[in-house]
Amino acid sequence: MKSYITSYCSITPESCSLNGKVKYQNLNNRTFNDFSKSIYKQEKIAYPKFSKMDGLSKLAFIASEVLLSSKDTSRWNEQQTAIVLGNKSSSIVSDQKHYDSYKDRASYFPSPAVFVYTLPNIMLGEISIKNKITGETSCFIQDQFDSTFLYQYIKDLFDSEGYHRCITGWVDYTPFDYEAHLFLVSKSDIEEVKTIFDHNFKRLII
Amino acid sequence: MSGYGIISALGFNADENLNTLKMQKSGIEKSMHLQTSKSVVVGEVKASNDQLKSFANISAKKTLSRTALLGLIASREAIASAKLEAAEIGQAGIINGTSVGGMDISEIAYSKILVGKAVNINDSFSGHDCGHSTHVIAEQLKIKGYNSTISTACSSSANSIMHGAMLIKSGQLNCAVVGGTDALSLFTLNGFDSLKILDSEWCRPFDKNRKGLNLGEGAAYLVLESEEHIKARNGKGIAELVGYGNANDAYHQTASSPEGNGAYFAIKKALDIANLSAHKISYINAHGTGTNNNDQSESWALQNIFSHDLPPYSSTKAFTGHTLGAAGGIEAVFSVMALQEQSLLPNINLNQPMGIIDAPNTIYQSKQISNVLSNSFGFGGNCSSLIFSKA
Amino acid sequence: MDNLREKLKVEIIELLNLEDMTPSGIANDDILFGEGLGLDSIDALELIVLLEKNYQLKITSAEDGKKIFQTIDTIAQYIESNK
Repeated sequence: MKSYITSYCSITPESCSLNGKVKYQNLNNRTFNDFSKSIYKQEKIAYPKFSKMDGLSKLAFIASEVLLSSKDTSRWNEQQTAIVLGNKSSSIVSDQKHYDSYKDRASYFPSPAVFVYTLPNIMLGEISIKNKITGETSCFIQDQFDSTFLYQYIKDLFDSEGYHRCITGWVDYTPFDYEAHLFLVSKSDIEEVKTIFDHNFKRLII
Repeated sequence: MSGYGIISALGFNADENLNTLKMQKSGIEKSMHLQTSKSVVVGEVKASNDQLKSFANISAKKTLSRTALLGLIASREAIASAKLEAAEIGQAGIINGTSVGGMDISEIAYSKILVGKAVNINDSFSGHDCGHSTHVIAEQLKIKGYNSTISTACSSSANSIMHGAMLIKSGQLNCAVVGGTDALSLFTLNGFDSLKILDSEWCRPFDKNRKGLNLGEGAAYLVLESEEHIKARNGKGIAELVGYGNANDAYHQTASSPEGNGAYFAIKKALDIANLSAHKISYINAHGTGTNNNDQSESWALQNIFSHDLPPYSSTKAFTGHTLGAAGGIEAVFSVMALQEQSLLPNINLNQPMGIIDAPNTIYQSKQISNVLSNSFGFGGNCSSLIFSKA
Repeated sequence: MDNLREKLKVEIIELLNLEDMTPSGIANDDILFGEGLGLDSIDALELIVLLEKNYQLKITSAEDGKKIFQTIDTIAQYIESNK
């Protein structure tokens, strides 16, 4: 059975693009913090919890907000929506920050707000909380973005498990680089279809 | 399911774990090997890394994380118990769940680097990431098929088991070694302490006066096979994985919703896939960490699913501690043991029930058991449930 | 006394990443948690760390924290009475 990509979004240090077109250019090579804040403001997101997220979760969250910006998620069946992401570096930046907060016995103050983010799947939780998605969420640690693997996994969710939608793709955040490539996959073609969902869907990334 | 292997605070193999469960003897005590000044009790595997290397047939000179060592020992037992031949192992897949990876070694090396001491960078950090223990197991045991690592906190190994089942059901694999491993580390200890959900004393799952969880460590794996594959090689099925479900609680990064929505949906999904109505469940191995939040949340979820037909249930975390990424695998093995022994596992260290639902079962006792539900709920709202039935 | 309350507001805004907040936007008797400023359980734990780090006061349970962190006033009163 066919399924369809109805929206896709990429965020890299250079730009944020939606459906293949650059929506926000990262002028003057701003830091991720500044760039993501500027996207947050321009998208008029108004979600105070955003400022508490770590870099990985902010990246996944902002990408999902842009991805869903033209979709009416209130009409979704939350249980039939899944989130399946690939990631390479886990939560390394928060891991490092957590370690730094307790390494010195003389200045020993582990921060609970930092510890909360020392797992890669928290970014799935943040997207779920915002959009009230209660379907399956999974995070696969891989060497690189494997669209064939994700395609097969999601096809099975649609064919055998009754899912209608899935947010999938690749989100990775390290001290040196970051990238997010999210795709909204739908079982039906009622919404505006961008392309058929197949094993090579990562070719859509510009 | 044709075999399993396990190492935990209760023992180094399946027999030892089962005997300790029968004796209702907890493996939680002050740590011997984790180098901490904190006053905590933990479910530690009773062996040093050198001893673990010896059990795992790894040279004492080699640097290997405790997570990888535990994983190696348990997965080796699983394959041996399934009596898989070399060719069958070669074609099998491996899906491994872990949250902490090789942190136990890297955190010590990193602290040395910070004060200018020399360390072997390759030895100390090449095993850091989550995928490394999976590769070590695959390499040592010569598992050459599909290879994947899942990191979803406390539901990691339950999700690995689920993923293996889905691959077999869809015909992409015939046979998979699935489960997970996690070792104790200062990273986790400090982190959970900052969230104030540790009990400095022995934890009390489902008790009215519970104060928090005890951390634990260990590893456990199942060998899953398709029916055709087992028949073709004249293997023996011990139990059947008939249902599985994953759902997101969508409430908070680390706390569960008061009504236990994620748990409710995960259990419901598992029952749907198993094509079982709730009253067919004979025993529930609960997530039951001993925290205020989880035990309340899970109780409400059980109430909403089972209402007047609540089967006997228990948490085994007062035995092993909360083994984080390995919990789903370890408790899956305990669930299968309950099926094989036709016995309910006890919820020890209970003094006063919570009063939301009936009290858990507190004695190891015989019972006719057909279907067992096992719950594992992780940070990020990631809730998973598995259902095992008699073969 | 006023200095302590103003200091607390600055510290809390910085610690909890309340980016759109200013000290003048928090009244001394504003409810901090739930419907008020919308702080949550993790924020409560961070405030426990703040009290230990900046004021050398140790709170051992989240339950005690709930009572102390109701408003800027209650936090200041706790600090003053435990000097």
